[in-house]
Amino acid sequence: MNHGVNTVALVVFVFFFLLVTVMGFLASRWRRTGNELHLHEWGLGGRSFGTWVTWFLLGGDLYTAYTFIAVPAAIYGAGASGFFAVPYTIIAYPLVFLFLPRLWSVARVHGYVTPADFVRGRYGSRALSLAVAVTGILATMPYIALQLVGIQAVLDTLGVGGGANANWFVKDLPLFLAFAVLAAYTYSSGLRAPALIAFVKDILVYIVIIVAVIYLPMRLGGYGHIFDAAAKKMSTVNPVTHQPVGSMVSGPKAQWGYATLALGSALALFMYPHTVTGVLAAKSRTTVRRNMAILPAYSLMLGLLALLGFLAIAAGVGKGVKGYNPQLAVPQLFAGLFPDWFTGVAFAAIGIGALVPAAIMSIAAANLFTRNIYKEFLRPAATPEQETKVAKLVSLLVKVGALVFVLGMDKQLAINLQLLGGIWILQTFVSVVAGLFTRWFHRWALLAGWLVGMVYGTWKAYGIASPATKHFGGSSATIPGIGEIGYIGLTAFVLNVLVSVVLTLVFKATKTPEGVDETAAADYSAEEGDPELSGAPQPVAAH
Amino acid sequence: MSTEPDAPPAPSGQLPVVTPARVLAGISLAVPVVALLWVSSYASLTPRLGGIPFFYWYQILWIPVSALFTGSAYLLLNHDARQRKAARGGAR
Repeated sequence: MNHGVNTVALVVFVFFFLLVTVMGFLASRWRRTGNELHLHEWGLGGRSFGTWVTWFLLGGDLYTAYTFIAVPAAIYGAGASGFFAVPYTIIAYPLVFLFLPRLWSVARVHGYVTPADFVRGRYGSRALSLAVAVTGILATMPYIALQLVGIQAVLDTLGVGGGANANWFVKDLPLFLAFAVLAAYTYSSGLRAPALIAFVKDILVYIVIIVAVIYLPMRLGGYGHIFDAAAKKMSTVNPVTHQPVGSMVSGPKAQWGYATLALGSALALFMYPHTVTGVLAAKSRTTVRRNMAILPAYSLMLGLLALLGFLAIAAGVGKGVKGYNPQLAVPQLFAGLFPDWFTGVAFAAIGIGALVPAAIMSIAAANLFTRNIYKEFLRPAATPEQETKVAKLVSLLVKVGALVFVLGMDKQLAINLQLLGGIWILQTFVSVVAGLFTRWFHRWALLAGWLVGMVYGTWKAYGIASPATKHFGGSSATIPGIGEIGYIGLTAFVLNVLVSVVLTLVFKATKTPEGVDETAAADYSAEEGDPELSGAPQPVAAH
Repeated sequence: MSTEPDAPPAPSGQLPVVTPARVLAGISLAVPVVALLWVSSYASLTPRLGGIPFFYWYQILWIPVSALFTGSAYLLLNHDARQRKAARGGAR
């Protein structure tokens, strides 16, 4: 797939890359509020981000390079079923509007840095907190690895590093350099680096998408023609399965799957450690609530981006190529139809789109390890300075791990694990979100529910084969008792809730100790300026 | 709703837990969720809009519409919070 290097595009790409690298290092001086050795400073940007910074940060965080590659790739490959990403991001915001402000408030009052911190404080249970933390780390790791897959798709299309004939060192050197730089400025600047770079990333992405959905259809003969070409491709019969390769609308049999996948993914979205990190870094409760109303602007971008999968079909990208990798569809669409310099801009948007979330994810995983494993189990006497030091080191380790993973192992494994990660992270929902509203659930019941959800979800997903992989080939299976095909994660979640409710009743009847709750009802609605916050720990310097 | 449902029972002079503003906010948040999960209501190719099948433009249209609903919920709850503060006599 190496047709030589596209020099103009490469120069533009490298220019933007250097720009954000400089910004990344300078970010450590941006909005510095004082005690830089405290984990709030490095790991949450001093909890100082206002509405717009939070908007850019969360947008840069939620809509990753892998999203740009994978969502249109799914549409390219199967049509309507890949469009579930749109209802997913629409319903996510009204749902999380209900609980994220409460999480922000209680975390601000008690100085919680991670969701597992909150679970620890609410239920007084180290085991439950550990379960939440480990699930978060496990779900985040493959997600970071997939950001590399996004950069790789772009580098391959640019003609650098790609090509099956190149030796492994030359092939992976650009990727290696990109990640080394990312690791260095994340280490030195913490969450401020991705927050600042997110401005560049999001602006580039908006420009590219708007140009793409206006300019490309003009080149391709209009949307009517594009959808006709797509419909033609979707109706062709796959010689192996004797089924059409895709469909243009969700048929009656696919609708449960479409809806449950959207709902389950929406519930899981703000359980991911990196999204929680973005939310807790906000300056005030109002900042969080405002963002739930303005973040859909990114969903609009995602909806338009998804359509690019159809544009790629109409443009004949990958037509007739045996075993074509649909993840190259969008990069090749851009490279084929945009002028070279604008291809460079578009690829910079995707490349930087990988750096921002990868930085935030590694910070979030590092925060979890430091607060809920290192300080909780290994070194309870650790000072805030030591915490920050450990977190910085772990953020490096996490990224090296992801790099080794992608370079050394099958990329398919990372994709499988990310899919599994979505099922897993949803199982922490009951402990975290129910805990924000009520202390009715028993900590051990929640732990048992989590375990049942994890085991069921993993077992079900293991049994699904696809042409690309023997296990974990998909995320939908028959829902027991309903008989329709639905998202495994959501079925596991329902089981999780059932087990938690039943066992809570049992534990309450047997008067099993419930653990100490260190939070008070008023903590959950505390806003800047309320008395609950006057005694709050860190960040002192922000005032 | 998002603010203090597990707060202690309101003393006299304070607003009840359930107010019209909170109910309306709840409905505003529920409408987009129900509309998008009801897949069979929009699983159709026609009518097309500018060449784009209904299935796609309808869901994309819901993005700005859902933002309006969430924005309304935000304003309603802000209004509600201010009234609650006033009902407490601005003691804080």
